[in-house]
Amino acid sequence: MLRRYWKVAIGVIPTVILSSGLALAAGGSLQIKGSDTMANLGQAWAEAFMKKNPGAMVAVTGGGSGTGIAALINGTCHIAQASRSMKPQEIDQAKTKGIVPKEYTVARDGIAVVVNPKNPVSRLSFEELRGIFMGSITDWKQVGGKPGQIVVLSREVNSGTHVYFKEHILRRGNEKGPEEYAPSALLLSSSEAIADEVANTVNAIGYYGMGYISPKQKVIAVAKEGQGRYMKPSIEDVRKGKYPISRPLFWYTKGEAKDLAKQMLDFALSKEGQEIVAKLDFVPLK
Amino acid sequence: MHWKRTRSIWEYFIEKCVLINGIACILLVALIFLFLLREGLSVLKYTSPWEFLLGEYWYPVSDPPRFGILPLILGSLLVTAGAILISIPLGIGAAIFISEIAPDGIRDWIKSGVELLAAIPSIVIGFIGMVVLAPFLKDLFSLPTGLTALTGSVTLAFMAMPTIVSITEDALTAVPRAHREASLALGATRWQTIYRVVVPSAASGILAAIMLGVGRAIGETMAVMMVTGNAAVIPHSFFQPVRTLTATIAAEMGETVHQSPHYFALFAIGIVLFIITFFINIGAGFVIQRNKR
Repeated sequence: MLRRYWKVAIGVIPTVILSSGLALAAGGSLQIKGSDTMANLGQAWAEAFMKKNPGAMVAVTGGGSGTGIAALINGTCHIAQASRSMKPQEIDQAKTKGIVPKEYTVARDGIAVVVNPKNPVSRLSFEELRGIFMGSITDWKQVGGKPGQIVVLSREVNSGTHVYFKEHILRRGNEKGPEEYAPSALLLSSSEAIADEVANTVNAIGYYGMGYISPKQKVIAVAKEGQGRYMKPSIEDVRKGKYPISRPLFWYTKGEAKDLAKQMLDFALSKEGQEIVAKLDFVPLK
Repeated sequence: MHWKRTRSIWEYFIEKCVLINGIACILLVALIFLFLLREGLSVLKYTSPWEFLLGEYWYPVSDPPRFGILPLILGSLLVTAGAILISIPLGIGAAIFISEIAPDGIRDWIKSGVELLAAIPSIVIGFIGMVVLAPFLKDLFSLPTGLTALTGSVTLAFMAMPTIVSITEDALTAVPRAHREASLALGATRWQTIYRVVVPSAASGILAAIMLGVGRAIGETMAVMMVTGNAAVIPHSFFQPVRTLTATIAAEMGETVHQSPHYFALFAIGIVLFIITFFINIGAGFVIQRNKR
C-alpha cells in the first residue's frame, strides 16, 4: 500500500517541478486576481486575448476586490481587478512595499438589488434598503410585502460590492460613517451563492453586479431619496450615471502597466474588449 | 565480524534518523505556535484582550475596525455542540453494532463504509449540505433560510462520526473476552452484557473518541463556511445563521494585507482555536493514558 503511494509521489513531484519550471521559462504568464464581480469578465477577456496571442498565459482568479489588491501589494499578481477604488491605507501599505499602484477604469457596472420572483415587492427606496440591510426593518410587511422575516444576504467582507453597497447605501456616500450591516446579515462568499440563495429562499434579499441578473431572481427598482423615479439597472442608465447604484470597475497595476500587462490592458480597452464587456451584461465605457 | 559492524552502524544510523524525525515533529509544533503567537499577539496593539474576546461586533474592514470575536467563539461552540449531540449516539451505536452485534459478513461492510465516510473530502460534504441538506431543513422547520447552525451541526456530525466510530470500536474490541463470557455465564442477556459490562469497561476509550470527534468538528472549515450563512451574530438558537472561528479565517485571510491589524486579528483567532483544540487533545490524551493504566 505504502509503496504504491511512494510511486505516485515520485511520479508527481518531478512533473510539478518541471511544469512550473516551464511556465516560468515561457515568461509569458500573467496573473489577474480580484473582484468576484469581474471574474467572468476578466476570464472572457483573457480567453479572447490568449486566442489572439498564442503563447501568452493569462490566469484569472476571483476572491474579492480586497483579495486582489492584497495580492498586488504582496506581489502575487500582476493585475488586480477591483469593483471599488483602493483605500488610502491600502495605497500606504503598497508604498511601504515600494509599489505605486496605477488605476485604470476598464468598465462600468450597476449593482442590482434582487429578491425571489415569488416576492410581490418590486420597488424599494434607499431609505427602505438601508433599514433592511441595517436590521431596523425585519419583516416584508413593513415595506408592503407579504408578512415574513426578511433574510438579508450580503457578500463577504473581501468583496468590493460589499464595501461599495455599505458606503453608498448604508452610509449615504459618507465613507467614514458609523453605519454597518446588521450582524444578522448572512455573508456569502460569492455572487453566485447570493444568486442561488435568492432563487431558493422566498424571503431573501441580496445584491450583486448586474452581470449576474437571471430570471431566477427578481430585480428591484430602487430610488434615491429626493429623486422620485424608481429604476432598474439598464446599460443605458448606468453609462449615463442615472441609475443610482452604479460604479466604475478598475484594474490596478504596479506602476504603469508594461509588457504583457500593457498588452492585456490595451486589449480590454479596445473596441473588441469593450464588446466583450457588453456581451457579459456589464456596461462598456463608450 | 565485518558484517556485524556494518549492521551496528546501520542500526545506529536508523536510530538517530528516527530520533530526528521525532524531534522534528515537536519542533514543528513549537515553531507553528511561536509564529502564531508572534503574529497574533500584535493585535493587542489595536484592541484590549477583553474587547477582543468579549466584543460583540466583528467589523474588521470598517474604519475604525471592530474586532470582537465573542459571536464567532459562540458560533463555533454551538455548531460543534450540535454536531457532537448528533454524532455521539449515532457513532457509539454504530461502534457497538460493529464490535458486538454484527455478524462477520456485515461487519466488514459497515467498517469499510465508515472508513469511506472519513475519506470523503470535506468540501464535498459541504456541497451536499448546501444543495440538499439546507433546503431540506428549511422546509422541514419552515425556517426563513436553510443556512443555519443546525445545518452546520448535521454536516459536521457526518465528519466527526468516522473518528468516533473507529476509536470507540477499538476501545470496545479491547475489552477482554473473559469479561463478556463471565457476564453471560452469570445469566445476563446480550444487551445487559453490552451496557452493564462492555461499555463501562471501555468508557475512557469512548470518552477519548468523543473528544477527538470534538477536535475534528471544531477545526473543520470549508463545509461549515458553506452551510452556516456566516452571520457574525450572537446565536440564540440552532435555527439561526452563525459564523465560526475557522470560517472567518478562511473567508478573510486572502484579503488582508500582511502586517495589517486585520491580519493580526485573524492570527489571534488562530491562537484561540489552537488553544481550544490543544486542550481538547490534551484531555483526550489524558483519558487514553488513564485507560492504559
